[in-house]
Amino acid sequence: MAVRSASPENIYATHPEKKVSLYFMVLGFIALSIGVIFGPFQIFNYAGIDLYPALQPLFKSYYQGLTLHGVLNAIVFTQFFIQGSLLYLQARDSNVRPLMPVAWAAWWIALIGLALAAWPLLLNNATVLYTFYPPLQGHWAFYVGAALIIVSSLVSVFLSVEMWVRWKKQNPGKPTPLVTFMTTATWMMWGLAAIGLVVEAVFFLIPWSLGWLKGVDPLLARSLFWWSGHPIVYFWLLPAYVSWYGLLPRQAGGKLVSDPLARMAFLGFLVFSTPVGFHHQFADPGISAFWKGVHTVLTMMVAVPSLMTAFTIAASLELAARSRGGKGVFGWVRALPWNNPSVVAQILGAIAFIFGGAGGIVNASFTLDYVVHNTAWIPGHFHLPVATASTLTFFGIAFWLIPHITHKPLAAPRTALAGVWLWFVGMMFMAFGMHMMGLQGVPRRAHISAMNALNEGIYSSSAFYMVFNAIAGVILTIAAVQLFYVLFATLLSRRRLAPNQVPGVPFTEAISGPEGKRGVKVMDRLFFWWGAAVVLVLIVYMPTLVQLFMHMVPAPGFRLW
Amino acid sequence: MNNEKLIHAIERYERSWLLFALVMIVVFLIFIGYTLTGFAFYVPSAAERIDPTTARAEGSLFANPRVEKTGDNVYTAYVLAQAFTFLPGEIRVPKGARVIFYVTSPDVQHGFYIRGTNVNVQVIPGEVGKVEHTFDEAGEYLVICNEYCGLGHQDMIGKIIVEDK
Ligand code: HEM
Ligand SMILES: [Cu+2]
Ligand SMILES: [Cu+2]
Repeated sequence: MAVRSASPENIYATHPEKKVSLYFMVLGFIALSIGVIFGPFQIFNYAGIDLYPALQPLFKSYYQGLTLHGVLNAIVFTQFFIQGSLLYLQARDSNVRPLMPVAWAAWWIALIGLALAAWPLLLNNATVLYTFYPPLQGHWAFYVGAALIIVSSLVSVFLSVEMWVRWKKQNPGKPTPLVTFMTTATWMMWGLAAIGLVVEAVFFLIPWSLGWLKGVDPLLARSLFWWSGHPIVYFWLLPAYVSWYGLLPRQAGGKLVSDPLARMAFLGFLVFSTPVGFHHQFADPGISAFWKGVHTVLTMMVAVPSLMTAFTIAASLELAARSRGGKGVFGWVRALPWNNPSVVAQILGAIAFIFGGAGGIVNASFTLDYVVHNTAWIPGHFHLPVATASTLTFFGIAFWLIPHITHKPLAAPRTALAGVWLWFVGMMFMAFGMHMMGLQGVPRRAHISAMNALNEGIYSSSAFYMVFNAIAGVILTIAAVQLFYVLFATLLSRRRLAPNQVPGVPFTEAISGPEGKRGVKVMDRLFFWWGAAVVLVLIVYMPTLVQLFMHMVPAPGFRLW
Repeated sequence: MNNEKLIHAIERYERSWLLFALVMIVVFLIFIGYTLTGFAFYVPSAAERIDPTTARAEGSLFANPRVEKTGDNVYTAYVLAQAFTFLPGEIRVPKGARVIFYVTSPDVQHGFYIRGTNVNVQVIPGEVGKVEHTFDEAGEYLVICNEYCGLGHQDMIGKIIVEDK
């Protein structure tokens, strides 16, 4: 049982990385708690209900809120949570301590970046959405802040790779432990993927917003953005996979079926995540159909490791359920620990991902994309992988990791369970409504509930689907309140668990392990595979980028909000 | 079941699953390739590059946004997408017309999406996008800007009227 303790013992003493990880995760959740506020307003907008007058004069427009929503949720929350959780998991899995001053430097850079970016966002001086496509031009502090946030992520790349190299030196000839392998591969992938954004910000957007450059080429900037913009999706997803492969089977009472397969999936992502960005630019003139086709083929390739993951996770969960007494072809499902909010959050997240993955294949199918490009279908789609699969999994991780680090018991586990279910159900309603509206031609990123009299009613043929969005808005509001209540009540609670009650890190055993497998040795050469990824990216990007660099058409900036 | 046997059973299922996945992806790619052979004109191509600061100036292709008849039931439209209107705001063509669109923007990015068709172009300053569509059904088509371009974005809507002759 929980006990009260007046003077909390120094819980960070044995593992100082606990504190920096916690700081990263909490900062991420604070950002999310603000970013999510706009979610219900947006989905009510897509139900034809305009609630924005209620936000005046604090927030000036739909688009200011949408910028905050995209930046705080998708750029800030995801990255900060990942920086904290992966650092801790790798440190514990490999038993190597991160370079602590560097880890704190990463946190401070992230905090300063967030503060700098938040300032113009909150003052409506950078209402450029989270894709910040030029020639829309925001305040320089937004770009500098965003760049610092990315720099912080690159420090995390360094931290992870340095820890892995140190482990290798201390353990010559041994295969890297699984979770360490997965976290290192994730960070290496991001190290290559982030280059596009860094170049865009440092060489173009920052000097342009400061007035040192007269213009930037919008197509070049878009191409650099999407160099990072697709793999960033995997950067959000792979940490969830780390948990699904490395922890969830144990949490569900079983084992991972195959350790080498998990490694293979991560290598697939390391190599194929980045050379695919043009599938976001099918509608762009100025990029040849040939290279769009090449990126299409490679995008289809990255579906393979996700399909592998679906198999392995389902098989591991089935074995776990059967070892808990589950019976029947599908009846075993009932034997999973449905009372554990951490497990349920992850399972529901994985289920949402099945639909998200299927939709993703549609979007990436070149010709099909013209049906859905920039329609409501798109946010309908990506709330499944990002706002459900990753976000629910991150909540699921926090439900054991925060008690583990702070020794504070999870507040209101039943509320957590309800919140997780409602989030999943609400997102399903929203996904259905938005996908269908997209197919009917309703655009994304549009304040359609406040159109001028001339255009009013042009989307009324979608009224039926708007009902789903309205229901989603109500459900998701309740879910968000519940989840944040549980999180912050846990963090602010003064109760402490007795030492023997503190949850440990649920690292999973594998039924088929890495020992003595030749393939595992080959896969362990991460630098080699990273090099292969670099070569592939250069091949599929350089012809187009060099062309664009040599014939830039600089466009001056505009502020139209 | 002992471990060995279990692993073998799982590996068998897994091989079939992976095979299924690979076949599925190859089939999808074949479909995509097939649709490309018939519908390549929906893939926006770059007609040319243009200086956005002078896109509206005298002598530019877009100085006078318009639609003109350029062949037997073939029409060419020069469309300027700008905050927050399309020029021309209304395009009239007869039923069955094949229309070739050239689109550009003098300010920020916009979308050029004709609802109910596969015409969906990212309008990028500096690029002249080219697509075409044949209007086999008479009626009023909405042209929707589907890329955020500023406060008036949701009202940036044009029209194409296809007349029954
Ligand atoms: C209560 C939960 C949420 C609701 C109701 C919600 C609703 C929405 C809606 C309706 C849109 C589309 C707006 C538009 O296109 O005009 C949107 C956009 C977006 N949402 Fe959410 N959302 C929620 C949570 C999240 C979470 C947790 C994330 C990520 C971690 C997220 C990331 C995004 C992003 C990246 C966009 C795109 C912004 C843009 O187009 O610029 N959302 N959201
Ligand atoms: Cu993508
Ligand atoms: Cu527009």
